[in-house]
Amino acid sequence: MRRGIGVLVTVVVLSLLAGLGANAAQARPRVAFIYVGPIGDAGWTFQHDQARRHLAATLNADTRYVESVPETAEVARVMEQFIRQGYTTIFATAFGYQNFGLEVARRHPQARIIGIGPAIGLAPNVKTIYGRIWEGRYLTGIVAGRMTRTNTIGFVAAHPITTVVAGVNAFALGVWSVNPNARIRVVWTRTWYDPPKEKAAAKALLDAGADVVAQHQDTPSALQAAAEAGKMGVGSESNMQRFAPGAYLTGTIWDWREVDAAIVRGIMAGQFTSEDYYGGLADKMVTLGPMHARVPADTVRLVEQRRDEIARGTFQIFRGPLADQSGRERLPAGKTMTLKEILAFDWLLRGIEGQAPTSR
Amino acid sequence: MTPDQIVALLAAAVTAGAPLIYAGVGETLAERSGVLNLGVEGIMLVGAVCGFAVAVATGNPWLGALAALGAGALLAAGHAVLTVTLGAEQVTSGLALALYGTGLSAFLGKPLIGVPNPAPFRAFPVPGLGEVPVLGPILFRQDALVYLSYGLALATWWWLARTKPGLHLRACGESPEAADAMGVNVAAMRYGAVIVGGALAGLAGAYLSLAYTPAWTENMTGGLGWIAIALVIFSTWNPLRLLGGAYLFGAVDALGFRVQLLGVETSSILLRMLPYLFTLTVLVVITVARRQASVPAALGRPYFREE
Repeated sequence: MRRGIGVLVTVVVLSLLAGLGANAAQARPRVAFIYVGPIGDAGWTFQHDQARRHLAATLNADTRYVESVPETAEVARVMEQFIRQGYTTIFATAFGYQNFGLEVARRHPQARIIGIGPAIGLAPNVKTIYGRIWEGRYLTGIVAGRMTRTNTIGFVAAHPITTVVAGVNAFALGVWSVNPNARIRVVWTRTWYDPPKEKAAAKALLDAGADVVAQHQDTPSALQAAAEAGKMGVGSESNMQRFAPGAYLTGTIWDWREVDAAIVRGIMAGQFTSEDYYGGLADKMVTLGPMHARVPADTVRLVEQRRDEIARGTFQIFRGPLADQSGRERLPAGKTMTLKEILAFDWLLRGIEGQAPTSR
Repeated sequence: MTPDQIVALLAAAVTAGAPLIYAGVGETLAERSGVLNLGVEGIMLVGAVCGFAVAVATGNPWLGALAALGAGALLAAGHAVLTVTLGAEQVTSGLALALYGTGLSAFLGKPLIGVPNPAPFRAFPVPGLGEVPVLGPILFRQDALVYLSYGLALATWWWLARTKPGLHLRACGESPEAADAMGVNVAAMRYGAVIVGGALAGLAGAYLSLAYTPAWTENMTGGLGWIAIALVIFSTWNPLRLLGGAYLFGAVDALGFRVQLLGVETSSILLRMLPYLFTLTVLVVITVARRQASVPAALGRPYFREE
């Protein structure tokens, strides 16, 4: 009997303590991240994980994540599980998660789902975020255009979707702004993450005479291929300098820390805006990596000047006249492209050598 | 395409073919002894991650290659126990091994993602031969593992076709009863073939992480293990034909991006299907023509002596 009471008291005390613990945890925002690949040490997912760490460090957020979730119905199951566990703020960090996120959001009005734009649909509790990555690519194009000696620049591009195409076009305009005679050759790997394929694509470009290889890929493979051949490369997604310090000219970097933190702070204050949000150079969602020591000072200055002009909105990258590969005029002289038009890019500029994004 | 570009294409084909030669020769040995090992993809991945880990830790790519051989042998030994000693269904065991190896490599490789390889195998020209026009840049300005792959294919072909142990191995795959009657220890032969085959598959994986893309990334084989198995059929279990098949695949692989650069309007997705289409075609031809001395007659069949 005495023992029975002892057990009872212990149970009561323990459950009270557990209750206290739960209350203390409730005050912390619970934020879940869903990643399309492994975090690794560089690349798209790595940058999102930096933001997750930032949330944990600055907002004391209780964060969870799952890696390598395919862009299939699998992601809906992962979201449901997070919501059941109380992680109702979910950063679903791949474009292809959107459809499933919308469905889950409809079933769980209390959840807040933040996807990757461009938005294909929104709900009151769904937001998408993305950046004008093409602004950064324009700047890296200036560097590539100044640094090429063979006047041939290669670009290893992932999937021929609008945001990638816009980046390739902006890169080309950046190159031609300082070096109108440079050739720009593009290959499509049709994969975000496949090191051997990315490397093979870069090798093909190097064999075809390129001495600078830029990329929109998730791994530093193309950069490494350039380094092995004694040539130069432009990074993408994150700071890839340490993978090929001698070859890395500069590169675009995604920085999600501030935008993610602002969203979570808003949710903590009971605010949430359902929108298709675009960051860029202005809010530093898109930034540049360190410059190679060999890049001349006047080039660095020009890049900084253009960066500030783009951030202020006084310089437009996509100004008419612009024609496509077949020579057909797509943007008349005197016009600039709207964000909506940029996000609808399915053609490459006249002068870019490579398969049209619409070819299969 | 200029002649220089064609030479560069063929050199890329030889490089891309090397892992297929290692994995394919290994699978040829196993299948010639009568054991189908569908686990190549998984073994390659484990070999890639183990080889990479050891190369990073020691700074010596050769020790990495040795580790990959060992890891591959170990995994394949499991397959041998299941299929040779216990007589388990070879397809099931092999598929399980492929899935297991994929998962295991991802688990082991977690801390290695993004770590640069301090000491990859680097290309070096063979003195003299590297200067020969055309053939020099294609065959003799590669890395050490590529050079070894030529020797391996030739030596295995000679061993299988011209030596007594080679004959015994083939006998185990054609008619284990007859081999047994000849006094060949069928189980030992099959164990040996499967384990050596697995070791070579491990090395094939390490080629990717130590030479081709000197880094570890999850699923970095991207299906090469399955292609190696297909190439074994394509080559009708002949290591010399396998050499040709591997380079053919390597060329098609390297051609993909180069065709894009030529501005030819072809589908890169269709180009990627070509090697598989080849394999399917060859399978059909073999099946229809029923060429003798092609499919090892006892392939996939466990053997137990009837007392």
